[in-house]
Amino acid sequence: MMLNMTLKELKPGDRARVTRINCQGALKRRIMDMGVTKGVELLVRKLAPLGDPMEINLRGYELTIRKQECEAIEVEMIERKGKRS
Amino acid sequence: MIRIALAGNPNSGKTTLFNVLTGSNQYVGNWPGVTVEKKEGCLKGNKEIVIQDLPGIYSLSPYTPEEVVTRTYLIHEKPNAILNIVDASSLERNLYLTSQLLELDIPVVVALNMMDVVEKQNERIDLQELSKRLGCPVFGMSAANNDGIEAASKAVVRLVLENKKPIPSTFSEEVESALDQIEQLLPIQEQARWYAIKAFENDEKVFAELSLEDSVRGQISKIREQLETKLDDDSESIITDGRYNWVAKILRGVYEKPYKHAMTTSDKIDHFVTNRWLALPLFVIIMGLVYYLALSTVGTYMTDWVNDVFIAQWCQGGMRAFLESVHASDQVISLVVDGIIGGIGAPLGFVPQMAMIFLCLSFLEDCGYMSRIAFIMDRIFRRFGLSGKSFISFMVSTGCGVPGIMSARTIKDERDRRMTMIVTTSMPCGAKLPVISLFAGAIFGNDGGWWIAWATYVFGIIAIILSALVLKHTKMFAGESSPFIMELPAYHLPKMKNVLRQTWQRCWHFLKKAGTILFVCCVITWALVSYGFGPDGFGLVQEVDQSLLAAIGSFIAPIFTPLGWGNWQATAAGLSGFVAKEQIVSTIGVLANVADDTGLDPQLWQAVGVMFPSAAAAMSFLLFNLLDAPCLGAISTLAKEMNSHKWTAFAIGWQMFYAYSISLVVYQLWTWFATGMFGLWTIIAIGVVTFYLFMIVKPMNKVSPKQATK
Repeated sequence: MMLNMTLKELKPGDRARVTRINCQGALKRRIMDMGVTKGVELLVRKLAPLGDPMEINLRGYELTIRKQECEAIEVEMIERKGKRS
Repeated sequence: MIRIALAGNPNSGKTTLFNVLTGSNQYVGNWPGVTVEKKEGCLKGNKEIVIQDLPGIYSLSPYTPEEVVTRTYLIHEKPNAILNIVDASSLERNLYLTSQLLELDIPVVVALNMMDVVEKQNERIDLQELSKRLGCPVFGMSAANNDGIEAASKAVVRLVLENKKPIPSTFSEEVESALDQIEQLLPIQEQARWYAIKAFENDEKVFAELSLEDSVRGQISKIREQLETKLDDDSESIITDGRYNWVAKILRGVYEKPYKHAMTTSDKIDHFVTNRWLALPLFVIIMGLVYYLALSTVGTYMTDWVNDVFIAQWCQGGMRAFLESVHASDQVISLVVDGIIGGIGAPLGFVPQMAMIFLCLSFLEDCGYMSRIAFIMDRIFRRFGLSGKSFISFMVSTGCGVPGIMSARTIKDERDRRMTMIVTTSMPCGAKLPVISLFAGAIFGNDGGWWIAWATYVFGIIAIILSALVLKHTKMFAGESSPFIMELPAYHLPKMKNVLRQTWQRCWHFLKKAGTILFVCCVITWALVSYGFGPDGFGLVQEVDQSLLAAIGSFIAPIFTPLGWGNWQATAAGLSGFVAKEQIVSTIGVLANVADDTGLDPQLWQAVGVMFPSAAAAMSFLLFNLLDAPCLGAISTLAKEMNSHKWTAFAIGWQMFYAYSISLVVYQLWTWFATGMFGLWTIIAIGVVTFYLFMIVKPMNKVSPKQATK
């Protein structure tokens, strides 16, 4: 069984699928407008030199998003860096 | 007249296309949000067709100013057709916007831009099938290479004549039936589907516009709530999800991409540029290099030549010889040679250095490094109530404060945006470069050069951080920082043509200013210096101390005594900086009467030496002019962007206060350490330091719960 986790907890190289977006209003709309919707697959590319924000790859492009906002994005792991789960 | 709107995601190449279509020279860069205003132009060779460049948007949501500008234009001014620019290298996200444009009941042509990039990555797009599924013409092109543009623009015109409406995107059955019901309820015919979707999404702006009866609104709410409960999601998310599902369906079989793609060039570059350990040092080195190139090598050879040969020997020498040969009066010779050529020539000599800075910045902006800087710097700047995006403004301000202030528009949060605009002009802009160069030379002699300029750049950043920190601790700017969600565009090698054109535009703007505003100012300054109340009443004066400028300067000068430069010459030079920062150098040039000598710089250095008795005073003058309110051009942009007299006044007031206090501290403490002089103003300077420290250390203002929920 998959545990609920958020995008914030993922490490560079992890691949995951979005299951839920836990925020409201303008922020939620903005996140979703950028293509982070339920069911979309994403790959964590890297963290900025100071550990925040995060760079993710989804829908064929690179998106940067702060960890604070990542907390609102629930995901399920597809592939941990290097190995399938 | 036919009106065609260019719409598309930020950084999809709309402005490049706009420039090609209209033959104009709009500002292009490789970071999302370069175009913040809509711009109009006629199609090259056809005055009847007007092209409208709209700001780049990801969606037609009602939340950001650019999106509102675009959707208001599309809905209310109904262009004859929309040319939808789609970045073919990220099709999915781009077609999400297309799905919204197709609902507007306006003919749409989809232009897939950056096809060259797509082909290079071995991806395949079936344009014919895509066109069939979207129900509108689709063209592949590359705006940067000027490839396939004509076919697309011709198609738009044809489409307008046919007035062929697009087929809107579709949602799931449940959603469609809800939208149908809402459409029946709305008292409108045109663009009904768009309004129905917005009403379903509970878009307040649309409701305000429709002014529906309460009963109708109630019915719509009921339809919405029913579906929300059934699908266990809010209406906006249902629609967004639906759109992305539609895009996925459209692209199935149309868009092929090699399954495991190799590392792209962008990835490889990013491996270094945003590397954990290398990113920050690399940034420092890159900026150092920019200043080294501009102020120590290429730029300086050229500047020396312009100053020593072109202006001093050719212009001034030649003009003096000519005027003497025609027996012009001394007064005329003085006006032309000392006043006009000496005054305008002083900052003009720095044009080559400026051109180098502009060239480097254009390159950095165009290649995609700007967004990486935002990515790298966000963590640092968030602490000070700014975001990584603010840093793009700061970088742009290194060229000129006007586009710097404008680019703050990409910052979504009002508070962050205002703060960015208030602090961004602290960066040493192109026009401040002559001032920096002159003072660096005067204070530190010949070997000052590039590293002083680079140091002022670093100082600019530190000054911004301190200023932001203090502001952040006031009630006005208290609160959580706004979200930071930004696209990182792929790197591309800038087109030389584009970079050179931008550099030329900025230099040309500067030269034009020299020919107009600076010219007038130099004549006025010369007149104010040459005329005054001498022993024989009003007239030409022999001693500058008797001049009008001396009288005006002396009146204001005492204000600056605590900063170490309370003499009328320095005050006059400082005041003239509000017209344009390079005017400071002009004024010093006129005052120093750099007439018939070769070697402009050492002359000006001497002038600085006379005006400023100590290095501390010269430094305090330089800092004051770096940090104070910007030139008139930037102030008027600031006023326009703030759109509030109160905020504009606050911004200028704060900038003046900040500049004054920092200069005071530097001058007083420097003098205290150097000479041991201790007085009332030293105590005040220490007081100022304590005040700033207190502002930084004291806990942030708590946000009231009411504000927090907003």
